[in-house]
Amino acid sequence: MDEILEILEKDGRASVEDIAKMIRKKPDEVKKLIRKYEKEGAILKYKAVINKDLIKDNESEVRALIEVNIVPQKDLGFDKIAERIYSFPEVTSCYLISGTYDLLVVVEGKNLHTVSNFVAEKLSCMEHVRGTATHFLLKKYKEDGVILKHKSDENKRIAISY
Amino acid sequence: MEISKVVEKMQPSGIRAFFDLVLGMKDVISLGVGEPDFVTPWQIREAGIYSLEQGFTSYTSNKGLYKLRLGLHRYLKNKFGLDYCPDEEILITVGVSEGIDLVLRALINPGDKVLVPVPSYVSYGPVTELAGGVPVYIDTSKDGFKVTPELIKKYIDKKVKAIVLNYPTNPTGISYRRQELEAINKILLKHKILCISDEVYGDLTYDFGHTAFPSLPGAKKNTVYFNGFSKSFAMTGWRVGYVCGPKEIIAAMTKIHQYTIMCVPITSQMAAAEALASGKRSVEQMKREYDRRRQLMTTELNSLGLKCFRPQGAFYIFPSIKCTGLSSMDFSRKLLEEEKVAVVPGTAFGACCEGYIRISYASSLENLKEALSRIRRFLEKIR
Repeated sequence: MDEILEILEKDGRASVEDIAKMIRKKPDEVKKLIRKYEKEGAILKYKAVINKDLIKDNESEVRALIEVNIVPQKDLGFDKIAERIYSFPEVTSCYLISGTYDLLVVVEGKNLHTVSNFVAEKLSCMEHVRGTATHFLLKKYKEDGVILKHKSDENKRIAISY
Repeated sequence: MEISKVVEKMQPSGIRAFFDLVLGMKDVISLGVGEPDFVTPWQIREAGIYSLEQGFTSYTSNKGLYKLRLGLHRYLKNKFGLDYCPDEEILITVGVSEGIDLVLRALINPGDKVLVPVPSYVSYGPVTELAGGVPVYIDTSKDGFKVTPELIKKYIDKKVKAIVLNYPTNPTGISYRRQELEAINKILLKHKILCISDEVYGDLTYDFGHTAFPSLPGAKKNTVYFNGFSKSFAMTGWRVGYVCGPKEIIAAMTKIHQYTIMCVPITSQMAAAEALASGKRSVEQMKREYDRRRQLMTTELNSLGLKCFRPQGAFYIFPSIKCTGLSSMDFSRKLLEEEKVAVVPGTAFGACCEGYIRISYASSLENLKEALSRIRRFLEKIR
């Protein structure tokens, strides 16, 4: 992967100037490349990774991982039915996977009810869907490479050494 | 009680006092640290924990775990085409530091000279003296901090037994290309001067591939090669290094090692074996991160007027602070007191480095940027 992408994947707020200095390119050149990536869709968006457990506004969300079994359609395979599923705003991620079921769908909702309603009323009864298994998420330990634990600032190294 | 004369005169006291000042201060951003800011990669830590769970708590062979020596044999063969026998030519030591002490004690007779190009890591000279030898410092400050065959030639006499090379170099970040090393090797072979090659930063070489000294033509029988896990695998606290060299030298070193150290802690050796087996990817990741910081720091320091060349290895940068008119020590002390940024005065690494400071970029990007803005403010104040 290009170094610019590698840097931005770690820190979406890294400035063009800093990136330019880190990889010894001109800022204009870096800016142009980033724009190109954005245009091509290689960079889709920039967002913050939020640890929702620490936000105390009682609007907590529940999340479920749903295994979906599907009868593939002639000529279209899984793509068409996947599109019908992932187009729902409740669906935050949707993957086609190998193994005993076909789609792994991640759904988020305000509470248990909203999520189970979605499964019962929207997902299970959809044409070509053969069956579902819903797993509610109990605790998040790590997400997208980030460990969701508040790190202590304790400095373990001694402040000066040869 | 009277202290031994050799020990009495060791360690420049000014530096010690400065270090104490840093250690006694709170909320300092330190660019004075000689070790990685990364934690040892998890799979390596996990291997250490697992070995404890399995009850590996005994001594190992004096030379070190066979599994680790075999791993090193393969590692060096793949990487440099070097063929060291795991039974007779490899010794596991408590970091490279112990190895350097061992080799000097194993080789030196009273009055033997050891060439030490300066600036250099701080232990070579004092340890030579402890072994009864005489360190002869080669000032490289007028040659871009690089030792050359011409410089070495000036210091050669019958008493010179060995030279200590360290590249990539702490504190400058300088390294050498193969041709430069070949030229040095020729003169060492010609004058039968043993090469003590401390290559602990070898894996952190950025602009070109690292050349292991013993891989040069004819060099293997005339070189003792040192490396360790501290810097590249971020394992400083585990204290594991290794020495490879001619079997009679390794045997002599092992004699001292068995009486003084016995063996390296088994947990550390187990973890080190895992590092060789699975750590390559982690090393590459850390290296890329250091490389970016190196580029950023070189550009920024130069734009602040603190002239420095782009280092080629390790995680140090060695800017000149001559434009401020301050001595290395005064600059470092003032920067610490006024802006709470710690660096190491160049003079800690040799008197010829007056006018320089060592900055370590083994610190997060966030810290480095904050430190740079404090240095900028400091420079504006004193100018």
